[in-house]
Amino acid sequence: MNAVYLMLMGLGAMALGYFIYSKFICEKIFQVDPNFRTPAHELQDGVDYVPTNKYILWGHHFTSVAGAAPILGPAIAVIWGWVPAFLWVVFGTIFFAGVHDAGAIWASSRNKGRSIGALTGDIVGNRARSIFMIVIFLVLLMVNAVFAVVIANQLINFPSATLPVWGAIVVALIIGQLIYRKIIGLLLVTVIGVVALYGMIYVGPMLPFSLPEETLFGLSDRQSWIVLLFVYAAIASLLPVWALLQPRDYINGIQLFIGLGLLYGAVLIASPDVVAPAFNTDVPEGTPSLIPLLFVTIACGAISGFHGLVASGTTSKQLDKEPDLRFVGYFGAVGEGALALAAIIAVSAGFATLADWQAIYHNFGQGGVAAFTRGGANILEQGLGLDTVMAQTLLTVMVVLFAGTTMDTGLRLQRYIFQEWGSIYHIGWMQKTLPATLLAVGCCLLLAFGAGGDGAGGMLIWPLFGTTNQLLAGLTLLVITVMLVKLGRPMWYTLAPLLFLLCMTTLGLLIQLKSFYDKGDWFLFTLDLVILAAAILVILEASSALTKQIKANKAQVQSDEA
Amino acid sequence: MKLDAIKAWFRQASFYAEEAYNAPYRSAIARAKREQDDLFMLLVFSEMMGVPNPASYYTLELQPLLLERFHDWHQRMGMEHSPLDQFRCC
Repeated sequence: MNAVYLMLMGLGAMALGYFIYSKFICEKIFQVDPNFRTPAHELQDGVDYVPTNKYILWGHHFTSVAGAAPILGPAIAVIWGWVPAFLWVVFGTIFFAGVHDAGAIWASSRNKGRSIGALTGDIVGNRARSIFMIVIFLVLLMVNAVFAVVIANQLINFPSATLPVWGAIVVALIIGQLIYRKIIGLLLVTVIGVVALYGMIYVGPMLPFSLPEETLFGLSDRQSWIVLLFVYAAIASLLPVWALLQPRDYINGIQLFIGLGLLYGAVLIASPDVVAPAFNTDVPEGTPSLIPLLFVTIACGAISGFHGLVASGTTSKQLDKEPDLRFVGYFGAVGEGALALAAIIAVSAGFATLADWQAIYHNFGQGGVAAFTRGGANILEQGLGLDTVMAQTLLTVMVVLFAGTTMDTGLRLQRYIFQEWGSIYHIGWMQKTLPATLLAVGCCLLLAFGAGGDGAGGMLIWPLFGTTNQLLAGLTLLVITVMLVKLGRPMWYTLAPLLFLLCMTTLGLLIQLKSFYDKGDWFLFTLDLVILAAAILVILEASSALTKQIKANKAQVQSDEA
Repeated sequence: MKLDAIKAWFRQASFYAEEAYNAPYRSAIARAKREQDDLFMLLVFSEMMGVPNPASYYTLELQPLLLERFHDWHQRMGMEHSPLDQFRCC
């Protein structure tokens, strides 16, 4: 089958989802009201609550949620064949992610722009709120550890990307100064920044750099990269945001659009054939079963709880008019689905023969981002005539910059959590910035190395990250469902995804628990148990909160009749 | 005519670029600025709260200028009512 059909089918289905299903959900279920005074207007303060143009808000929302995860998940999940991954990404985006993201913005904007964490406390209960904090912490911890391993692997596999990856940080630092001190206008700075970045991508293959296999203190090259990355992330998370984070995010956002455009353009021109099997009947030994693992391997790109944090944390406070949430939330999810779809096409159509494909997907957890880079580079070469090494460098830089930004944002958020715990439990030192950052880095390093001695084990925790992320999405869906029940509106459009997620998450955790037990991997076994406990608590909370609300509604109806 | 159209397009493009650059970080930067301003308030009003300040001769001059912000500041610092004896804002 030709990849162009795959692309058109996927994008077409998501477009239908946006034009038809999201209209139904927003108008009939959420009943968005153009006259509703959104928190951005009601509580306008110029700091958090600022009414923002919907296209800008969409760009901000989309670039905050799209990262390396929607590339990594599908690139691993294609091992079961491209059809399951394709279906889950497309239908997940339409019926799960879009509703979840738009719903999170709606729930928050109807509650004075409060975050989902706070809403969980108000609407579901205080216990649920504590679970929420723990789940967020685990998600951040895992995402940081996994991404550090991903970046380290990419830098080892593609040494030509080392220069542009680290050079991009220097470019961002310079841009940050130029803009902050108002030396030149933003449009000019944008052009200079993008030209500098792509200039380095051009030069990178001529000056490849890799660490020696054995470095200081007997660390392997992968371990050294991981340590270096965390040192960087710690410093970056301590710098003022305008110095590095802001210009980096801006350049990344532009890069995301250029990268997506290039990939889809190249697929259209090259029209490669899909070589990966539709359903892989001959999966390598040790590959877990498709159900439920597919649904936790692809989290971002189908549904991701992380989006709810962004949607309710910042997006809802800037919503100008309530109907905008359809474009910002739902279309933001569609954008991420499109990124995941591009990843699926790259890893299933980017190889010349089935044998080439099988050579990469010889083991579960293989493939991943390296397969995306290789496959995508082949498509870019065929479609746009780019040199293979340069195309690989380009895609590596794209993935690494995404993962890197997520890491330093994640570390910053983890630090806030530690500082909050410090103030809750009156631990003085934990409230200070530097010790809290060091504590956060320490936890991440422990996980990155604890999961596998040489750091390679980082990939083992990817499905665990998926389950935790889905649990977070489940909590958000629970909040939305309880709100809908309270308003006496149909609940199945959010309850069905919630039930599906909880089933798959719990099953996935049990299966992984068994495999960690069989391998004697006690570290991950314990981690899995903690997440399982959280999952069970979420299920209990969900059923009790829902039955309570439904009973209250019935009592209300009876008293109205009487 | 054509030049005007280009200028208008350029203005529109810079508006979107500025917004795209600033919107995500507006709150973080405003908060950082507020923290610096809060420290400055403490320096300016320190003498009135019994903290000796060698520069009080100069900061005295600034006090009327900052008075408007004083109420928000003391509330943000966790003092429900004005900490000053001489004059109170609430």
